[in-house]
Amino acid sequence: MSSSTHHPAYVHHFENLSEQKEAATFGMWVFIAQEVLFFGGLFAAYAIYRNLHPEAFYFGSHHLNIPLGAANTAVLIFSSLTMALAVHAAALGKRQQIVGWLLATVFLGSVFLGVKVVEYKEKFDHHLVPGASFQAGQLGMAEHIADPVLRGKAERASQIYFSLYFSMTGLHALHMIIGVPLILWIAARAWLGQFGPEYHSPVEIIGLYWHFVDIIWIFLFPLLYLIPKPH
Amino acid sequence: MQTEVVKGNEEAVPGNGLDRENYINAKHGIWSWLLTTDHKRIAILYLVSITLMFFMGGAFAAGVRLELMTPKGDLVDSDAYNKLFTMHGIVMVFFFLIPSIPAVLGNFLLPIMIGAKDLAFPKINLLSWYFYIVGVAVFLVACLFGGVETGWTFYTPYSTAFSHTNVILAALGIFIAGFSSILTGLNFIVTIHKMRAPGLTWFRLPLFVWAHYATSLIQILGTPVVAVTILMVAVERLLKLGLFDPALGGDPILFQHLFWFYSHPAVYIMILPGMGVMSELITAFTRKRVFGYEFIAISSLAIAVVGFLVWGHHMFVSGQSTYAGMVFSALSFLVAIPSAVKVFNWSATLYKGSVSWESPMMYAIGFIGLFTIGGLTGLFLAAMGLDIHMHDTYFVVAHFHYIMVGGAIFAYLGGIHFWWPKITGRLYPEYWARVAAVLVFAGFNLTFFPQFVVGYLGMPRRYHAYPEEFQVLNVLSTAGASLLGIAYLIPMVYLTWSLFAGKKAPANPWGAKGLEWTIQSPPTTFNFDHQPVVTEEAYAYAEGHDTSHDAAPPAAPVRA
Ligand code: HEM
Ligand SMILES: [Cu+2]
Repeated sequence: MSSSTHHPAYVHHFENLSEQKEAATFGMWVFIAQEVLFFGGLFAAYAIYRNLHPEAFYFGSHHLNIPLGAANTAVLIFSSLTMALAVHAAALGKRQQIVGWLLATVFLGSVFLGVKVVEYKEKFDHHLVPGASFQAGQLGMAEHIADPVLRGKAERASQIYFSLYFSMTGLHALHMIIGVPLILWIAARAWLGQFGPEYHSPVEIIGLYWHFVDIIWIFLFPLLYLIPKPH
Repeated sequence: MQTEVVKGNEEAVPGNGLDRENYINAKHGIWSWLLTTDHKRIAILYLVSITLMFFMGGAFAAGVRLELMTPKGDLVDSDAYNKLFTMHGIVMVFFFLIPSIPAVLGNFLLPIMIGAKDLAFPKINLLSWYFYIVGVAVFLVACLFGGVETGWTFYTPYSTAFSHTNVILAALGIFIAGFSSILTGLNFIVTIHKMRAPGLTWFRLPLFVWAHYATSLIQILGTPVVAVTILMVAVERLLKLGLFDPALGGDPILFQHLFWFYSHPAVYIMILPGMGVMSELITAFTRKRVFGYEFIAISSLAIAVVGFLVWGHHMFVSGQSTYAGMVFSALSFLVAIPSAVKVFNWSATLYKGSVSWESPMMYAIGFIGLFTIGGLTGLFLAAMGLDIHMHDTYFVVAHFHYIMVGGAIFAYLGGIHFWWPKITGRLYPEYWARVAAVLVFAGFNLTFFPQFVVGYLGMPRRYHAYPEEFQVLNVLSTAGASLLGIAYLIPMVYLTWSLFAGKKAPANPWGAKGLEWTIQSPPTTFNFDHQPVVTEEAYAYAEGHDTSHDAAPPAAPVRA
């Protein structure tokens, strides 16, 4: 028996600790593959509807808050950096640094979510939340699309744009809301000294998850916020 | 070689573990089951729950068949009839057939077959069962509130804008159960990659494991898409966003694309594990190495991959472009090739084998014939011109029942019988098992063959009334269904009986190859006393030589 089977984190049904670590990391990758397909359904719907209703998407997009969205993108990228630093610290076994970087990640994640709340509230105030109170008139298409038939079509379809906006960013935010307590839990375990150079899979795995959530946003931001004028 | 047989036990059977420590008697009490992380106990939890769902789905089917005995809609009105076939379909597909072989036989056997103590993530395995149970519970609530009548396919805009039944609850139940399927797939993939015994290379894996690997890929890559699609239906129904409403710029056909992107691959979630069981049964009862091992292994992957590219064959008449239809039609022909490779290889394995006709083998032979009919009629339907005539008729119903019931359920029953001695440590009465297998085969064909004919003659599916000239064929079908129903009950009775009074099973009652037959029946909690090392290919039967009388494998040492 190698010494790695005596590590406190070792679970008996694995051959040894390194098999256990590999399995855990691989499991996270498979989970991420599943997540890609989950979001994939929405991305497919986005592609089809943007193609069918370019005007609705253009006008809808212009009522998003680009500065806030861009700032949030920076915040998230930065949080990926702090997460990477946490994983690095874990590999070196520096307990306080792991906790510090993880808490920094939680802080940045919370900033992102806070900004998202502000943005959602804006849409709410402007009656751009799909449902009974939705008012397409808010989008100001009247001045730009002269043909009333075309305008009516675009105004009706704009609700689809906002439905996709809310479901895609909402699902993304849900992933962050799940991620934050998980990071706190891992931080607590790090504080208790459970991770070191020999074993720190949980930090690596939560890191993978966080980077994945980040990457989803990197796609969402340009797709939803930065739609150019169709010709 | 029979070492350390327990002394003072006159009934001692070599390799039987009922009087020793095993996974069943290792712990006691209901919580030891409900909170277990042992893959074998979780398999039993699934076995019990899906069996209950099977009989529930069967009850709905009985309602459908009774109504169709007469041409007039006299037993139930059309709304009730719509609910019957919808809930039959949902229960059978999502709550029985998708979990059946993977979650029961796969859970039990996969770790053992690869020489592992458990799946990679035992707690996630338990979690998957709870997802399943919560999904079932939510669906049952939907039933209590009056059920749902959209068809198991939930087509929009009917499901989003018109139906007055419990679409959201039913969809939510399926959504939740979907995560059980995803987590099982995830567990299997990681386990197969990372936990194989020393010496167990990919091309030494039992074909059962290959089949489950391919199935798991589909579960991982397909299920999330249907999950998010179902979510969209629920949100659209609640908020009327226009996602699938043409009046608001939405596209109802998008739903069909997303739904079938999962649901065609899902038909392979249902049949691939059955194909895996088939390879085990055929080799064990011909005592031969399977013909073309590599081809069978790779064809599972080919089915998983190509299966993702053919969903449009469900939409030939949905307004999809003719060119798209042609591509989907051609690809559907293509996906039949790997299926045919398997059928030919099993048949070739039979050739010059020492074939014996125990009950699991009877199901296996039934599978070959019925699956072939189901697959070939799939090709009829994949031919666009023919499908215009046969779409939404009973021909389609017969097609998929030949595969799902004649194929998948035959494999499931064959597998349950084959591994029953391993799972329970008891033998079942072979005579009754053969009687039941014959009756299932007869009942099945009597039920579904007339449906090919009546469908070809033009009887549409999903109506509770039909023209009088179709009555004879429908009465035949209902008679067959009654026989089939009884035939399914017989194994329930003798298998349950065997739990208490069946003869004790040795470690390897069939003289079969495979790691699962080298350990005691029923196995211990961690399956192996020592890490097994694999030194030979799968199915290394000495050809032409009956191994069933060879020395039994060493029994596990007695524990205090
Ligand atoms: C040999 C490969 C197969 C081909 C080429 C094939 C082809 C088809 C086609 C073209 C249809 C659509 C018919 C229509 O609606 O007009 C269909 C329906 C169906 N098939 Fe297959 N199939 C194959 C294998 C399978 C398997 C393995 C299963 C299940 C385990 C299956 C289950 C179904 C089901 C459930 C439907 C009906 C869905 C519904 O509308 O409710 N098929 N098949
Ligand atoms: Cu299909």
